[in-house]
Amino acid sequence: MAQASGGAARPVLEVEGITKAFPGVVANDDVSLTLNQGEIHCLLGENGAGKSTLVNMVFGLYRPDQGTIKVRGEEVHFEDSGDAIARGIGMVHQHFQLIPVFTVAENIILGNEVTKGAFLDLDSARRQIDSLAERYGLAVDPDATVGDLSVGEQQRVELVKALFRDADILILDEPTAVLTPGEVDDFFGVVESLTGQGKSIIFITHKLREVLAVADRITVLRAGRVVGTATAEGATQQSLANLMVGRDVVFRVDKAEADPGAPVLRTQGLRVADDRGVETVTGFDVEVKAGEIFGIAGVEGNGQRELVEAVCGMRPTAGGRVEILGQETTDWSPRKITELGVAHVPENRSKHGVVAQYTIADNLVLNRYHHRKFSQRGVRNTAAINAEAQELVEQFDVRTPGVDAVIDTLSGGNQQKVIVARELTGDLKALVVAQPTRGLDVGSIEFIHRKIIELRDRGVAVLLVSAELDEIMSLSDRIGVLYRGRLAGTVNAADATREELGLLMATGSSEGQR
Amino acid sequence: MTTVEHAAGATRASGRIGLDRQSITGLVFGVLGIALLAGVAPAISGTSRRFNFEPPPDPAGIGFHPPTWVIAIGVLFLLTAVLGFAPPEARRWATPARLLSALAVIPLLLVLSLALSDNPSTNIVNLFNESLVLATPLALGATTGLWCERSGIINIGIEGTMLAGAGIGYMTYATIGDAQSTGWLWFSILISVLAGGVVAALLAVLSIRFGVNQIVGGVVINLFALGLTGFLRSEVIVKTGITTGVGTSEFGLPLLSEIPVIGDQLFRGKPIYWMMYLVVIGTWLVMFRTPWGLRVRSCGENPHAAETLGVNVVRIRYQSVILGGLIAGLAGAWFSMESQTRFEDNMTNAAGFIALAALIFGKWTPWGAFGGALLFGFSRALGTRLQFLGVEVSGFEIPSEFLQALPFIVTLVVVAGAVGRSIPPAAAGQPFQRSK
Repeated sequence: MAQASGGAARPVLEVEGITKAFPGVVANDDVSLTLNQGEIHCLLGENGAGKSTLVNMVFGLYRPDQGTIKVRGEEVHFEDSGDAIARGIGMVHQHFQLIPVFTVAENIILGNEVTKGAFLDLDSARRQIDSLAERYGLAVDPDATVGDLSVGEQQRVELVKALFRDADILILDEPTAVLTPGEVDDFFGVVESLTGQGKSIIFITHKLREVLAVADRITVLRAGRVVGTATAEGATQQSLANLMVGRDVVFRVDKAEADPGAPVLRTQGLRVADDRGVETVTGFDVEVKAGEIFGIAGVEGNGQRELVEAVCGMRPTAGGRVEILGQETTDWSPRKITELGVAHVPENRSKHGVVAQYTIADNLVLNRYHHRKFSQRGVRNTAAINAEAQELVEQFDVRTPGVDAVIDTLSGGNQQKVIVARELTGDLKALVVAQPTRGLDVGSIEFIHRKIIELRDRGVAVLLVSAELDEIMSLSDRIGVLYRGRLAGTVNAADATREELGLLMATGSSEGQR
Repeated sequence: MTTVEHAAGATRASGRIGLDRQSITGLVFGVLGIALLAGVAPAISGTSRRFNFEPPPDPAGIGFHPPTWVIAIGVLFLLTAVLGFAPPEARRWATPARLLSALAVIPLLLVLSLALSDNPSTNIVNLFNESLVLATPLALGATTGLWCERSGIINIGIEGTMLAGAGIGYMTYATIGDAQSTGWLWFSILISVLAGGVVAALLAVLSIRFGVNQIVGGVVINLFALGLTGFLRSEVIVKTGITTGVGTSEFGLPLLSEIPVIGDQLFRGKPIYWMMYLVVIGTWLVMFRTPWGLRVRSCGENPHAAETLGVNVVRIRYQSVILGGLIAGLAGAWFSMESQTRFEDNMTNAAGFIALAALIFGKWTPWGAFGGALLFGFSRALGTRLQFLGVEVSGFEIPSEFLQALPFIVTLVVVAGAVGRSIPPAAAGQPFQRSK
């Protein structure tokens, strides 16, 4: 880890007393932060704590209401991000700011074009990109089309984009949220090689393990204010989590022994093809009983998505059968399956979970708007919908200005709470949840986990799919490992070890080699 | 994955049952092929016909036997259909075959129309030239749309922008130049261009500054231009008493127009027609080879990404829309000062909408849009030609309205299958809000 070299730390970026208000909310309230040369400074906080707002001001996308920003001791007033870039600040956004139909080289030079006469000089751009890529160990192919790249590769393009502009202060906004565990390790390698070459980094995250692994110093934000600073040595996961959430956080999920009843959800020899027509679920058998959580672990891309979509009626099956409560429901419509008492928390929140431009109230009744309670003779009962929404918003602790706010204006965590509130309400028999806490902060994760356990205790059969092994292990009663579209093995959660599951996930067999 | 698993995956993928667009296109060609071989070839007259390359008397040309050609093209269609369902190894020939078949529709239409008429010959070089000339306003209009949509603004007001250019330009020519002087003619063309720019600026202000729905903004432009030019015609142009005048005149390109037989027909033309080529080439160069063009395209794909790189999205969009408007103004001048020298109400006659179709057809690229414009120009030229030829099917003369429409229908259906899905710029139509 690159500590600030020498004795005296040299600040490259000083943020002093920044306040920024949006209509109805103070996003940053008197925030100060210092970034030293060659340091990795973690900005930690829950979703909506104001981390992104703060760095967007440093990057010139927002203008502060009060306070000053100094770069290398000099006060700056950025009109747009072009000004920030000119001062050597680069930012990798949480949602990549890339143009999918452009090549890597075009994405990198945009706004800072390399020219020969009046025309673009892509050859010399390519050479510059190759040399940057080699210097920092960021392999990218300048001629590849960005839309064809994996998420990890796209992130490297974003980094090269910043370095191409000679950035020496890099802001990384939740860079690891989208990466697989293996990619995260590679990414940390890159980050350290960057600080090794004198770059200074603001690293935004809410993953405590990562903070302790890479940070030199840590600033914790809560509700727009700085609530603590720490060094990596002096902090623990528990102390940081408590600072972040503002109360004691329970990491272990408390749950009683499961009391499984009759089988609720059963698949036999289920086969499903993905969008390209390749069968990714290749004969999947499972039986989930009332009152138990069956967790499906597995490396992503082993058929999880297709499995969930087929069970919920969103994707046609290619063979086999699905039974719910003893009835065959293979290839039923999603609504018919929903009416049976099956809830679905989808993996893709924005695509399948919410209608981004609808209000919170409308999103909360998406699965029930046609029920007698909410519409009579084809006319919506707005009062009943709003009353229901108000109740759910309170019950599920959705932080919002009101139920008539457009859901797109909420943070990811709050959107997920809306989805969970909608799906977990009603007379449920089975629940299918995919990646229920992806991208969420500690507080929200804890809350959603508790809700899932509550449902189990009420006798609902839960099928849980998650890429987070910790989540699978702490919630599930039984764990199945999905490997190339079928169950490679099923273990009782109480007896499962990380090693055994990891081996099954990687090789499909608990003996390792097949 | 090992090689074996790869192969297994590929088999599964191709073994899937279901009709995609390519198989449907294949089927259409198959049906057409059978119809040509079994139905059309035996039915049409076997007397020899002639494609001439120059006007009479004593034109150069080639004679041909219509049934032979129909059979040849029918076989090509059938082959294309078969290839569409061939095993994977042979499938790489399927795409070229589809393209070839799509292109063969044009000679097929020519052969059939000549075979079904009483005329023994027709001049096809001239037909090609007419297609190019009629494609001029469509190509210019499509280029207008290209600049707007690539920057993120959907412009369905191209029609109105052209019309305003045509009307205001001709009004200028008629009032200050009596529609007679060459100097004022060029001045008036410049006024047309500027008028197009001003009308587009109006759309830009509506959609960028005020965030008005872009479709609504475009409709407003079309209605506004129709009303404005109608008013100017009845209140200004008609009152000058000038009904027609001297328009732009043809000239031949040096050397090229000296080529025997075809030179004089293909390389002689009027100035706006030649400018159309410059505009298309220039658009391609600027949009795909310069920094500014790269920025324009980024604004149409992901304006927020562009903004994070310091690109001024609002300014780029204004510039692109106004540039597009200048081009549409030039297209307007073609109507009132090149194709004809007068102004009529609604004289652009939906060319702006056909230009949009050409743009979509050409997948939002300059050359594709030009190709689309050429195809529609050809359809229009052929429709007119078919009327002259007088096509009869078993003694029944086909109504001219149908003959006018037929080429459009056939080319669209067949080529749409071969060209495939067209994906617009991702951010086209989305208002952009600057971060605060």
